[in-house]
Amino acid sequence: MKTILIIILLLYSQVQSVEPDEILANQELENVARIIGKELRCLVCQNEDIENSNADIARDLRMLVRKMLLEGKTKDEIISYIHSRYGDFVLFNPPVRFDTSFLWILPVFFLMLLCYTFFRKKH
Amino acid sequence: MKYLFLLIIMSSIGFMFYKGLKIDPSVVPSNLIDKQTPNFQLKKVGKYPLFDPNDLTKQEIKIVNFFATWCGPCKVEHPQLMELSNSFRIYGIAKKDNSKDIIKWLRSYGNPFDKLGLDNDGISSIEWGVYGLPETFIINKDNKILYKHIGPIMKNDLEKIYSILK
Repeated sequence: MKTILIIILLLYSQVQSVEPDEILANQELENVARIIGKELRCLVCQNEDIENSNADIARDLRMLVRKMLLEGKTKDEIISYIHSRYGDFVLFNPPVRFDTSFLWILPVFFLMLLCYTFFRKKH
Repeated sequence: MKYLFLLIIMSSIGFMFYKGLKIDPSVVPSNLIDKQTPNFQLKKVGKYPLFDPNDLTKQEIKIVNFFATWCGPCKVEHPQLMELSNSFRIYGIAKKDNSKDIIKWLRSYGNPFDKLGLDNDGISSIEWGVYGLPETFIINKDNKILYKHIGPIMKNDLEKIYSILK
């Protein structure tokens, strides 16, 4: 039972790569930094956000996010700056534009199609 | 009608797979192509002339190369940079390196750079959208980024690079 509990806890525990020297003294800003970090994809370990990646570029981006927060920049300004450098790839939530519309429309379309097929068969 | 609808859906999915599977996920395309070169600030390396944003305003085509002495592929690329430096001006940005090692490196393998600088904290590299080393940018006469080469420039890449530089 104990082993199962430990395994469950380990599975659900979040491993953060933020190192002690990166953490801001201002807890409020640190929380914002973590929220921003969760929205940015690491360009090297592409399935991880920058908060959880050990890659050098992820650390640089974490430091930059914190530096910009200390300079008084808002969350949107910081994300927009990093987006301007690395493009849509760095965002976990791609912006809604004409060329990304398929990404947003297709899942809804398939869900509707699935519902239609399911209910039609039932009738 | 039902089959036509299914055919349209299946071919759209097939087309997306065809396009998607051709994309190399390890290469992140530059978002700065056709845009003006970003601003940056570097540190001087020994007695080598310091590379600064004003150098890019010269009315000529030029190359900016991001490298580091600790980066293995940069060593592989170096002979190709030496060759390119015979015909074009190359500016170097050493990322997270130290002056001593850079000077030793340039003395051992040759100096392809017209000017260079050190990006200690990686901020200038982020300005340029750099995420790995080496990365090379080709800048046109109007100070706009024409092309970004990700990874080392190998001998067989030179033809492509020359065609862009012309």
